[in-house]
Amino acid sequence: MGFLRRLFRSRAAVQQLPAGTLTVNRDGRVVTSTIASGYPEGLLRDIVRDVMLLFRQANEAQMPLAEFSIHFASLRITAREMRGGAVIFLSPRSVPAVPSQPDSPSQPDSL
Amino acid sequence: MEPHHKILILDDETAWLEVNREILGQLPSKPEIRTVSAGARAITLLDTEPFRLLVCDLKMPKMDGLQVLAIVRRRFPQLRTVVLTALEDEEFRSRAYALGVDLFWLKTDIQQNPKMFQDCVESLLGRDMETGFRGIQSKSLMDIIQMECLSRSSTVLRITRGPLVAKLWLQDGELIDAEAEGTRGETAFRRILAWKSGTFESLSAEPDRERTILKSVNALLLESAQNIDEAANPTGPESIEEANHRKTIWKLALVAREGAESVVATSADRQNEVEAWGTQYGGQMAGWTRRVTEVAKRLGDRLEAGPLLYLAGNSLERQVLLLPRDEKSYLVAWPPDAPTDQLFEKTKKLVASWDS
Repeated sequence: MGFLRRLFRSRAAVQQLPAGTLTVNRDGRVVTSTIASGYPEGLLRDIVRDVMLLFRQANEAQMPLAEFSIHFASLRITAREMRGGAVIFLSPRSVPAVPSQPDSPSQPDSL
Repeated sequence: MEPHHKILILDDETAWLEVNREILGQLPSKPEIRTVSAGARAITLLDTEPFRLLVCDLKMPKMDGLQVLAIVRRRFPQLRTVVLTALEDEEFRSRAYALGVDLFWLKTDIQQNPKMFQDCVESLLGRDMETGFRGIQSKSLMDIIQMECLSRSSTVLRITRGPLVAKLWLQDGELIDAEAEGTRGETAFRRILAWKSGTFESLSAEPDRERTILKSVNALLLESAQNIDEAANPTGPESIEEANHRKTIWKLALVAREGAESVVATSADRQNEVEAWGTQYGGQMAGWTRRVTEVAKRLGDRLEAGPLLYLAGNSLERQVLLLPRDEKSYLVAWPPDAPTDQLFEKTKKLVASWDS
């Protein structure tokens, strides 16, 4: 199927958000993954590297964490520590979690 | 004569650049229109010339529109942005708004209704970022209260600043009660007056409300103005010490009232500026906060996932929530049994009070 992808690949594209689960061993190697195979491997490596880094830095700051979740406006990354490795859940959000203007009123203002 | 605003249009299709140039060239404000066909070139232009508005396509080779917008949001926060795309997938609309764009338009909609697109862009060009309370721009809360009192109003003013909500009770032009951030009466009134922006609404009067404020509103406004002025310009070592002492008491009371274990505030640029309350490991926690904020923001940019809202973590001993706000990041530690689903809102509220 690789040649089909090459044939029909459009020059212009918009990067999709990753969705699925990864398990990573203590060496930072991906053991299992349900992320779409078309998602750039380099970006997956970045996610794994940064997740492992955050766990390590938390330990170094005397604040070991069993689990953390990073909430971006369109994606949530949840990572659970697992015997030195981690299981990582990637969940895109269909709707932004917060309005773009933090002080948007819920009701009209008047005097 | 007012200078003409400059609009930059970014699209990899030359035909669309021309269409947009023609449509936006007809705006009543007669903006200067520039066009580019690549994201990198657009960023270079934005670096060298002041633009008011960027109209950006999403699907482009090399650097897509979301990448461009992520960079633009960080480097040019005052720049207005409009997405103009042929992609009808709702996911992209959500992601674009998450990146803080002002408008999202489909190319097919513009073909059908160019006039509406022109009106929206014209309105966007004229809109300024202003301080003040929404509805009455450039007016402070003091002005609004004085207006209410002069007109002898009976009303309840509900004032909102982010997650913080306060109320002022006015009866026949007199201030009878106030409630804010867990305080009541004159203390609450002084807290509210320190808020520089927000929204407000008038609710029905509550004539039966118990009176806790006996001073006249003008006397209170004068006192508060003096306090704010003194806090902003401390005159001698004693007043600085006194102000610092008041700040300490206020912050400790806030941490205790909200039920947090500790608060650490740090700035990415000024690493020595660390504020730590309720922990002896302030320096380490601040270091972690700075590093994590940097790593997470960088990852979010690479994944085009939008701005970092917050990071929540837990262990057997505590739960932590890291909240980036403007130039500072806050790390708030909560007991392990605190309700997890409320931590984000509680932290937002605490941080809003912290710097008010």
